[in-house]
Amino acid sequence: MIVVIDYNVGNVKSVCNAFRHIGCDAKLSCEPADIESAAGLVLPGVAAFGYAVNSLGVMASLIKKATSAGKPLLGICVGYQMLFEKSSEYGPHNGLGLVRGDVVPVPPGRVIPHMGWNKVNLPEDMELFAGLGKEKHFYFAHSFYADVKDGHAKVAYTDYGFALPASVQKGRIYGTQFHPEKSGQTGLKILRNFAEICENGN
Amino acid sequence: MLTKRIIPCLDVKDNRVVKGVNFLNLRDAGDPVELGARYSDTGADELVFLDITATIRSRETIVELAEKVAEKVFIPFTVGGGIQTVEQIDKLLRSGAEKVSVNTAAVENPKLLTEAAQRFGNQCIVLAIDARQSKKQPAKWQVCIKAGTEPTALDVVEWAVKAEKLGAGEILLTSMDADGTKAGYDNELNKAVTDAVNIPVIASGGAGTLEHLYDAIVDGGADAVLMASITHFGNYTITQMKEYLAGRGIAVNL
Repeated sequence: MIVVIDYNVGNVKSVCNAFRHIGCDAKLSCEPADIESAAGLVLPGVAAFGYAVNSLGVMASLIKKATSAGKPLLGICVGYQMLFEKSSEYGPHNGLGLVRGDVVPVPPGRVIPHMGWNKVNLPEDMELFAGLGKEKHFYFAHSFYADVKDGHAKVAYTDYGFALPASVQKGRIYGTQFHPEKSGQTGLKILRNFAEICENGN
Repeated sequence: MLTKRIIPCLDVKDNRVVKGVNFLNLRDAGDPVELGARYSDTGADELVFLDITATIRSRETIVELAEKVAEKVFIPFTVGGGIQTVEQIDKLLRSGAEKVSVNTAAVENPKLLTEAAQRFGNQCIVLAIDARQSKKQPAKWQVCIKAGTEPTALDVVEWAVKAEKLGAGEILLTSMDADGTKAGYDNELNKAVTDAVNIPVIASGGAGTLEHLYDAIVDGGADAVLMASITHFGNYTITQMKEYLAGRGIAVNL
């Protein structure tokens, strides 16, 4: 079973709804026992970074432990940003540090937040994008982005006047800056791919 | 490249979608959940649900509506109407809304924008502005509150600039003069606001033809176009709108 981590921020329910819609058993929980027994974890998030990290509290160490044991983890939006080392949104905050890189403001000179549907180039070797072809549109809504500095991470980019990292994969840690649960059928396919990754690994 | 968004707007009253002209003479346009799901399946980029009754009781039903919509709609949707507190925003975001729009409450208590942005991030805080052209100065617009019934002393452009600094992440800009007329968006208004702020602006009020959508994007500088009458009553499908815009060189998600 996939466990969607419930940590008191927005959009957790949307992610559960989306998994349910594709016929996948996903449980919204903050119980350590559920996190430990899950086939895979999803860390969603509509929140400011600092608020999200503080709300995560002790669950942070459980998530780190699970990923170091090879359990698949999918971070979405702020949940994706928290995979990195630190953020400067409303003051400095430390992330989970699972992927090297910092969360920084989208540079000025364009409309901010980066909001709406943007085309992502989909590398063939990133498992989340299996069966989706070379490029697809996804829904973004964010003012900060992860400047990925991890040589072990695969990165998919979108063009927002600069190459903006839209998704990472490092081992069995996956993340999307965009919202797969709000990106229509294409987004649901990503959740299906993640569900398959979880099934195959256990 | 970021695409321009097509956003059907569902004005909700007593659990039904309604649409009027200049905020009056409402006409029934169907069930909000069904209509929302149909738009999501037929290519809408986003949806806006506005509770136009905005009473204490309807604030609870709008949460239930958001929950029902979120079970069937897998594109982003914004919910607005009578929202006054961070707790109400929290409830709506948790029920599955991607963004929440505030109007009257932000005018009366601008700190709400800051408090909400610091907690939820500014990307989910939409400032709705109902704008009415000044009778004395044609290039000036006045902010109206309480569903357009009460004019304020605020200038639309100045309020938009201030709201961006306070924490608004997007502006939903409705021309009350153009709303429901199908005579085209007020692109002078749109241009005045899009030139003044750096956050996305959704043009609203007046869409009647496909060309109007193009004009709002090109002349008005809008990042997204919102419409109700022309799509609820079947004049154009979302695909027709996108194909038209794509044919004129506008990036859309087709």
